[in-house]
Amino acid sequence: MADLMLDLLLVAALVWTAVQSLTTPNLFRGVVLFIVFGLFMALSWVRLNAPDVALAEAAIGAGLTGALLLNGVGHLREKRRDVSI
Amino acid sequence: MKGLVRRSVITLCIALGSLLFWAILELPESRVHLAEQVTPKLAISGVTHPVTAVLLNFRGYDTMLEVAVLFVALVAMLAQRGTRNELHVTAEHRSSIPSHLQVLQWLARVVVPLMILVAGYLLWAGAHRAGGAFQASAVLAAAGVLLKLADMLPVRTTLGPASRSGLLGGLLLFFIVAAAVMPTAPQGSLLQYPHGWAGALILLIEAGLTLSLGLILARMFLLLADDIPSSDGEE
Repeated sequence: MADLMLDLLLVAALVWTAVQSLTTPNLFRGVVLFIVFGLFMALSWVRLNAPDVALAEAAIGAGLTGALLLNGVGHLREKRRDVSI
Repeated sequence: MKGLVRRSVITLCIALGSLLFWAILELPESRVHLAEQVTPKLAISGVTHPVTAVLLNFRGYDTMLEVAVLFVALVAMLAQRGTRNELHVTAEHRSSIPSHLQVLQWLARVVVPLMILVAGYLLWAGAHRAGGAFQASAVLAAAGVLLKLADMLPVRTTLGPASRSGLLGGLLLFFIVAAAVMPTAPQGSLLQYPHGWAGALILLIEAGLTLSLGLILARMFLLLADDIPSSDGEE
């Protein structure tokens, strides 16, 4: 029962973070939600008995991709600031 | 008009989603049972974790080609970048640390040694549980990225001999092992390790791969992150 509850919560969190990260108008918020989505995804892989995939997802999907996206947002912001000055 | 487009897009997405959902439920039962083929041979693979056994023993050439693809991708990125950003030098010789980096630098000093330790553990653990070269190298690459973000990693625009051999070393080691085990293997098989040597050879290959893949991934990140011409010097 507790397992089922955990899985349902995980699925709900996955869908919610996915929808939010795609629909939010704030880019930074979107990226952070994407990283959170990646971490939930890693947890789901653990629940599916695939710890190898979970490790790869956490390290590459959430970590490296998230860092790259954050970097991109930073560059966009810098550019916007330059334009506004 | 806009509302109509949005509504039709949402309807299409829901239809596609339910179609995919239905397709997954209707999947025919697989006729290939890989787990049953791997488990009996696990004892001779040199490792006790099935995923590592498949990746580095039963399908070793597959992994070799994957690493080659990553390396070629990096070479393509380096070539595409060309000399465009040759003058873009990161601020490595600042006299005082900017205030917004102080916390990050402190964090990097604490976390990076731990990350290297974790990478080593993941590499070692790959033999008997989840882990292995790819995960370990991702952690190493993340450590490199953290150092770069904290402005503690002097990044040169050209590759020196040390970083060149570091980037290529793992793949080269893999090739050398593949060539060395060829005479003992039966005709027509690639990467068949000699009996009793499998464990040691896998560990050797994985250690090389961890280092090289970590460097490759980190270098890819740095290239991508540095590629956008920015106003770094004006701070």
